[in-house]
Amino acid sequence: MPVLVPTSLDDAVSMLADAPDALVLTGGTDAMVEINMGHRRPPTRVIALNRVAELRSWTYHPDTASLRIGAAVTYAELMEPPIADLVPALAQAARTVGSPQIRHAGTLGGNLGTCSPAGDGLPVLAALDAVVHLAGPTGERSMPVAEFMVGVKRNARRPDELIAGVTLPVLDGYQGYSKVGVRNAMVIALATACVAVDTPSRSIRLAIGSVATTILRCGEAEAMATADVDFATGTASAATVARFGELAAAASRPIDDHRATADYRQHAISVLSSRLLRRAFPNES
Amino acid sequence: MSHDAGAGAVPLGFHEQYSLHVNGEPRDVLDAWIGESLLYVLRERLGLMGSKGACEQGECGSCSVLVDGELVCSCLVMAASAIDQPIVTIEGVAPVGSPSDVQSAFVEAGAVQCGFCTPGLIMATNALLERSATPSELEIREELSGNVCRCTGYGRIIEAVQRVAISRQSAAVDRGSAR
Ligand SMILES: Cc1cc2nc3c(=O)[nH]c(=O)nc-3n(C[C@H](O)[C@H](O)[C@H](O)COP(=O)(O)OP(=O)(O)OC[C@H]3O[C@@H](n4cnc5c(N)ncnc54)[C@H](O)[C@@H]3O)c2cc1C
Ligand code: FES
Ligand code: FES
Repeated sequence: MPVLVPTSLDDAVSMLADAPDALVLTGGTDAMVEINMGHRRPPTRVIALNRVAELRSWTYHPDTASLRIGAAVTYAELMEPPIADLVPALAQAARTVGSPQIRHAGTLGGNLGTCSPAGDGLPVLAALDAVVHLAGPTGERSMPVAEFMVGVKRNARRPDELIAGVTLPVLDGYQGYSKVGVRNAMVIALATACVAVDTPSRSIRLAIGSVATTILRCGEAEAMATADVDFATGTASAATVARFGELAAAASRPIDDHRATADYRQHAISVLSSRLLRRAFPNES
Repeated sequence: MSHDAGAGAVPLGFHEQYSLHVNGEPRDVLDAWIGESLLYVLRERLGLMGSKGACEQGECGSCSVLVDGELVCSCLVMAASAIDQPIVTIEGVAPVGSPSDVQSAFVEAGAVQCGFCTPGLIMATNALLERSATPSELEIREELSGNVCRCTGYGRIIEAVQRVAISRQSAAVDRGSAR
């Protein structure tokens, strides 16, 4: 049977070891488009991961305040509590993906597999310093998501590995995701931003998408805001909020393409970043 | 669908055989190609023409079906990967000649013009009302955002969904008071 439907991760890994050229399919929302459109060589073997129990599940570890999410968890599942309560930005990002039909099939693992700079799950993973887990014949290895995302549609997965899942910290503070596109639904992002605050450790993280070959963290904006805001009272000055957007825009490296100009994308990044910081620190000093 | 028949390429065989569980019945698929979408198999191999194909890239929703209880675009499901999973198409929603309340409401509200989008919208409306019995207009718009209609302008579609929600609710109240 050339379409294999494993139900355990061990089986899936050994099937891939036996057929390294097999097409790995989870939700199919990227891969089937390429096949239907004739952009991808027709597969001779397929390993469908959407019934692998370990990949379909998630685990919350309260002791380490972390959440591990399997690669085949769908966007529709990410939108529901308790995941939505533990990592609200991920739920917000999931809600912007495609349509209900796409969210019932599409997965975080597939978003990482495709590794598009416009992938909506990725800025959240970057802002949270997620760790990506890869399962191969010799076991599991893990790496920061920033290392995993190599470039436009390129990642650090080896051909004999499967993306097993991600581990995210459960932070204590505001999180938000914002996306600009031509519609509210079914749209590829022109610019995206994710802000995540951890109040106890006094940290503010900002990741932006669709404005470079891969997702970017904005270190300067983060450092400036962390120094200037008042965590205790949730206060940020208008100047800090404006500067946050300017620094984010300055960090972005967008291009002109058929969807938008670089200028527009840069402007959008500034607006989205400032807006999210204001939501995180609603009081103006 | 395209397949590479270039020089030196191995000709691809149409020799897959598997069985799908469609609308409660096992259906054999013979002499298929591995990369075929569920939409293609439903229409071209099993003769179930209710699910429509327009974009084949997940954008229009006219191919919507339930796989394992989830509303998905059948054009994005690799058919052979859906073995052993219950599949429900528009043909499985109600017998010909006795439309469901959702189907009737679409007709009554004028939510059907050319009808091309209708099967997908009926599937999506069923899924929506299962999730939320009395959806707000915003919820209806969000839940039906994966279904494109080029004729109606959506107003009557939203009205049809609201009609069903109201009539189901009053039926439930009637049942309650009859008890
Ligand atoms: C109409 C439409 C709208 C869309 N809208 C959005 C949107 O708004 N935002 C967005 O980010 N994306 C969007 N997408 C793209 C797509 O839905 C997402 O990228 C999704 O996360 C892909 O997940 P999947 O499980 O369907 O991936 P698949 O198509 O199954 O796989 C995608 C790629 O990853 C590889 N892969 C999948 N799982 C694994 C694994 N576990 N290990 C190793 N490799 C793996 C596959 O081989 C393939 O190369 C849209 C797609 C469509 C068709
Ligand atoms: S044909 Fe499947 S979504 Fe358009
Ligand atoms: S009625 Fe014609 S597309 Fe909707």
